[in-house]
Amino acid sequence: MKPSLEQLTQEFTQLIGPAAGPAPAAPAPSAVQVVDFAARGVNLDVTVAPDQVVAAAQLLDRHGFSLDTITGVDWLAQGQMEVVYDYMHFTVNLRIAVRTRVPRDQAAVPTISTVFPGANWHERETHDFFGIFFTGHPKMSPPFLLPEDADFHPLKKDYKP
Amino acid sequence: MTATKEVIYAGGGSLSALPQETFILNVGPQHPAAHGVLRILMEMDGEWITSAEPIVGYIHRMHEKMGENRTYAKFLPNTSRIDYLAAMHYTHAFVGVVERAAKIEVPLRAEYIRVIVAELQRISSHLVGWGAWIMDLGGLTPILYAFDDREKILDLFEHICGARLTYCYHRFGGVCNDVDDFFLQGTRDFVPYMRKRLKMYRDLVTDNIIVRKRLEGIGIMDAEMCRRYGATGPVLRGAGVPYDVRRAEPYSIYAQFDFEIPHYPQGDSMARYLVRMDEMEQSLRIIEQALDQIPAGPVMGKVPRVLRLPAGDYCYAVEAGRGRFMIRLVSDGKDTAYRLKLRTPCLSNLSPFAEACRGMILPDALAMLGSLDLVIPDIDR
Repeated sequence: MKPSLEQLTQEFTQLIGPAAGPAPAAPAPSAVQVVDFAARGVNLDVTVAPDQVVAAAQLLDRHGFSLDTITGVDWLAQGQMEVVYDYMHFTVNLRIAVRTRVPRDQAAVPTISTVFPGANWHERETHDFFGIFFTGHPKMSPPFLLPEDADFHPLKKDYKP
Repeated sequence: MTATKEVIYAGGGSLSALPQETFILNVGPQHPAAHGVLRILMEMDGEWITSAEPIVGYIHRMHEKMGENRTYAKFLPNTSRIDYLAAMHYTHAFVGVVERAAKIEVPLRAEYIRVIVAELQRISSHLVGWGAWIMDLGGLTPILYAFDDREKILDLFEHICGARLTYCYHRFGGVCNDVDDFFLQGTRDFVPYMRKRLKMYRDLVTDNIIVRKRLEGIGIMDAEMCRRYGATGPVLRGAGVPYDVRRAEPYSIYAQFDFEIPHYPQGDSMARYLVRMDEMEQSLRIIEQALDQIPAGPVMGKVPRVLRLPAGDYCYAVEAGRGRFMIRLVSDGKDTAYRLKLRTPCLSNLSPFAEACRGMILPDALAMLGSLDLVIPDIDR
């Protein structure tokens, strides 16, 4: 069974919906966005809460997606760290970006290396560059790409060499 | 293995009663089979690998930081230095993502030139990978043939952009120089020449009994393993999945060319070998079609003098020599990128290695490492 864009949109809306907070807050209208591939390079852009990234990975794993990459973006002005998970599919031409934001001073998200073992290295790299901690990751140190004694995170926007 | 462990020794004890010691074998960081500074920490049980951990980062240069602190045009030469054997593909991806964000129109002639150089680059990249890999297996002659053929491609590239390795030939909105008759005729002559050579390679290496024995049925990476780790390129196609970014996310003008995506279901080292050999043939097909259709016209589109990309994030992927290369660019409206993520194929292709080589003997694991066709700067960036 091949996943379709409509089906995934619906499933992601369901995933985000109930867990939006203790109060029955409606999910933000922009949380699941179908975007123009020719303009942006992805088909579906999903924003989830930090504790939903594993559920999102499991959802896409069920549909046969593969993890393209994981990366961070440091939004210094907003005091937030963004983690972006890119997914691809080998037989259906769909590209999905799942993103989440955490407070900058305690940046931690659960690891998805339990779902996609390929996430292991991508998460280590993201930890090196941004200092984002992936809870439950089997090996967060020593640094992956940086020198083995590095205690800095060079892609943080307030990093001074 | 288990059978031998139950052998009762003349002394009265059984082998399983003896202490079972493993030892650590450190491969690299300077090892000829790694083709660069890659270190693999292996735990061995006699001849067998019980676990292997690749340790990377020895030539990490932080290209992504450089992407953030210089303008788009100034970052352009960096893109030739990530995977130096597939520089044309990487530069293509970077100009592609900027053109997608800035909505720059590329003239048709420039798109054709980009396709021709990309396919020539794929052949030259596979030739190096092929020659170096066979050298790992003990055959020293093929790499000399491969470099001889690659030389012809490098001469063509040198003619159009002056460089032989780090080309930086693409520009936002086109390419820096138009191609002339020397290049077009030279490329046209190269196609039948290379076909003859590919046939010779088949007779010399592909059908060689030693190569077959070293590669067939060894180093299995199946489609499911590739999916879980995100391995792409010849590794994935060697596992029977016909995934190619040129088809899956058609960029440039690839949609209008007729070519096949070679794939073999075995998932062993030989399948990855055959995929690369067939891909060179398909690249020649694309080059032939592009040479027949290339229109006259300008090779540069209209590009603003100071390039500021509208805020937002943009992705662009290409099929590079070793698999899917994707750039995620986050812009905040300034003339430098806010974040530039380079998703490189070699990192994802190496990450299943630890799982795939468990239980193999060391020479087989090194033959499999060669089948991944790694370029270490591409992993370390």
